[in-house]
Amino acid sequence: MKDKILQLTGIQSFLSPWVNIFKGEETKKNINILLKSYIFPLLSILLFVLVWHTGATYLYNKEATSKIEKARAERGEAAALEVQNCIYSGEVGCQPNTLPSPAKVWEAYLSLLADHKIISGKKEAFAKKVEKTNAKRAEQGKAAITYTGRPSFVDQIGTSLKTVFAGFLLAAFIAIPIGIIIGLSSTLRTSMNWLIQILKPVSPVVWLLLVFMIVKTLMSDSDMDKSFMISFISVGLCSMWATLVNTSMGVSTVDKDFVNVAKVLKLSIGQNIFKVVLPSSLPMIFTGLRITLSVAWMVLIAIELLAQSPGLGSFVWEEFQNGANDSNAKIIVAMFVIGMIGFGLDRIMMVIQKMMSFNKEVA
Amino acid sequence: MNQYNINPIVGTTKSIINPQKEIVEDTRPDMLVCKDIAKIYPTPKGDYTVLSDLQLTVKKGEFISVIGHSGCGKSTLLTMIAGLNDISKGHVFVDGEEVREAGPDRAVVFQSPSLFPWMTALQNVMIGVKQVFPHATKKQKQDICKYYLDKVGLGNDFHKRASELSQGMQQRVGIARAFALKPKVLLLDEPFGMLDSLTRGELQDVLLEVWQKEKITAIMITHDVDESIFLADRVIMMTSGPFAKIGDELKIPFERPRNRVDILEHPDYYQYRGYLMDFLNH
Repeated sequence: MKDKILQLTGIQSFLSPWVNIFKGEETKKNINILLKSYIFPLLSILLFVLVWHTGATYLYNKEATSKIEKARAERGEAAALEVQNCIYSGEVGCQPNTLPSPAKVWEAYLSLLADHKIISGKKEAFAKKVEKTNAKRAEQGKAAITYTGRPSFVDQIGTSLKTVFAGFLLAAFIAIPIGIIIGLSSTLRTSMNWLIQILKPVSPVVWLLLVFMIVKTLMSDSDMDKSFMISFISVGLCSMWATLVNTSMGVSTVDKDFVNVAKVLKLSIGQNIFKVVLPSSLPMIFTGLRITLSVAWMVLIAIELLAQSPGLGSFVWEEFQNGANDSNAKIIVAMFVIGMIGFGLDRIMMVIQKMMSFNKEVA
Repeated sequence: MNQYNINPIVGTTKSIINPQKEIVEDTRPDMLVCKDIAKIYPTPKGDYTVLSDLQLTVKKGEFISVIGHSGCGKSTLLTMIAGLNDISKGHVFVDGEEVREAGPDRAVVFQSPSLFPWMTALQNVMIGVKQVFPHATKKQKQDICKYYLDKVGLGNDFHKRASELSQGMQQRVGIARAFALKPKVLLLDEPFGMLDSLTRGELQDVLLEVWQKEKITAIMITHDVDESIFLADRVIMMTSGPFAKIGDELKIPFERPRNRVDILEHPDYYQYRGYLMDFLNH
C-alpha cells in the first residue's frame, strides 16, 4: 500500500533518480533523468524570474521618469529634483506604482507571513481573554464571542479552500446523480442536451448574479452567512458541467461486452447500475471531477471578488482598491499562491483518478 | 509413461466420403433446436439478409463447432441463440423452451474475456453464481467459484484483479464463469480468437478437460479448422453470406477424452481437415 501511494503520487519517480545516483547505479542515465525532469524546469523558472525582473525594472524606470517629467512640467525644475531624490532615496510614499519586481514580491510574502503571526497572536490573546466569558455564555445557552478582527492572508486561503470544497461537493452531488440518470436513457440525454449546452458556457459572473437573486429571496430572514452561501453555490453551478457531461458520457458508453454479460447474467436494474455501469464509468466520472475542481478553483477567485465574501478573491480586490505601496506585490503573491494551490488540488485529484482507473495510463 | 500410448479411436475413413452413412442413430434428446431462423438487417437500400432458413439441431451433451468465413453470420447465429440479438424470423428452442431474451441458462464465453476489471477473478465468477444459485449459502457459492477457477488453473489467483491477469488468464476466468452458471447450453464465440497460438492450445485443453466432466451441450464458433476438429463431435460448415445457411456438416467420431497428440497423429485426421478446408475454399 505504501509503495502504491508513493508510486501514484509520483514521489517514487521523484526520488528514484537521486537514490540511484547515490547508489552509483546507471549514473549517466539517471543524471539525464534529473536534468530533464528537475534541472531544466528549475532553470525555466529561473529564466522566468529573470525576464520578470528585467521587465519590472524597465517599467519602474519608465514610471519614475514620467513622474519626474510630470513634476518638471507642472511645478518646475526644483520640484522635479525633489521628486527624483524622493524616489531614489527609497522613501515609501513616492515609489512609482507599477509591476513589482520579484524581490518586492518576496518581501510582500514575508510581510504577509509576519502579519499572519501577529494576527494569530492577537486571536490567541483574545481567546484567552474571553475564555471565561464564553464558558459562562455557554452555560446560559448563548453563542460564544468570536474574534471578528481582520483576517490574515493565511486565514483567507483557508476560507477560499472551504468555499471551493463546499462548491465542489455541491457540484458532485448534483452532477453525478443527474449524469447517471441521463446517461442511462438516451431520450433523457437528448432532451437535456440543449439545456446543458446552453448553460455550460455561461460565465461565472452571471451564475453569481442568478444565485444572488435566488438566495437573497430565500434567505431574507435567515442570519446564515449569505455571502458564503452565494459564492459556494455559484462555484458549484459553474464547475459542475464537466462532471455532468463526463458522467453521462461514461454511463452511456459502457463497454458493449459488459452490457452483454449483464444481460446473460440477468442482473437486475439495481445490480446493473451499481455493479456494472457505475464501476465502469468511474474513470470518466473522476476525470470529470478533476476538471470540475480545477474550474471551481479558477472561478472561485472571480466569484469571491464580486460576492464580497471573504477569501483570496476579496483579498486581491481589497489590495487593488487599497493602493498601498506593497499592494501590487501582495496581489502577485496571491497570484502565485492561487496557482500553487490549484496545482496541488489537481495533483490530489490525479492520484485519486489514477486509483480509480483500473491500471490505465492517466495524463 | 509411453507418450505414444494411443487411445483406441473409433471412426473409419469411409465416414469422410459420406458422413451421414455410418452414423448410428443418436438417441439423446434435442437440447437446442433452431427452426427456420433468419436475420435481416434493414438498410436504406433495402433489407440485408445475413442468415436465412437456417436449421440446426443439437443433441444434449453434444459439442458442435461452427466454421465459416468471417462475416458469414456465425457470430450472429450465436448471439441470436444467446438472446443478445433479435431473431428476425423463425424460432430457437432450448430444452423445449423458446428463447426470448438472454439468460444464464445459455452461458456465453465472449471473444474478448469481458471480465469486469474492477473485480477479482473470484468476484467475476461469483456475480454469476449469485444469480443462478440465489439460495445457496455464501460458503457453497464460494466453493462453486473456487472449484471452477481451480479447474481452469487459477487456483492461486482467486483474489487477483481481472485487470492484473493476462489475456489468456482472463479467458480462463471467462470459461470458469460460464461453467459455474451450470448452463443448459454453453455458447463459445471465438473464445480463443484473440490469443496467441500457444495459449490457444493450452486453453483448448483446459476447455476440453472441464467440458469432459460436465458434458454441457456446447456450440463453439471458430474459424480455426484444427480447433473445430479437436474439440467438436460435429463440425457445422456455414456458407458465405448473404443468405448464409448450413452448407454441410461433418461428424468427428474420435473417442473422448481426447488428447491433442493422439488426434494429430490419427490417420483420419488429415482427411477430416482436408474435407473442411475443401469446403472453405469453394
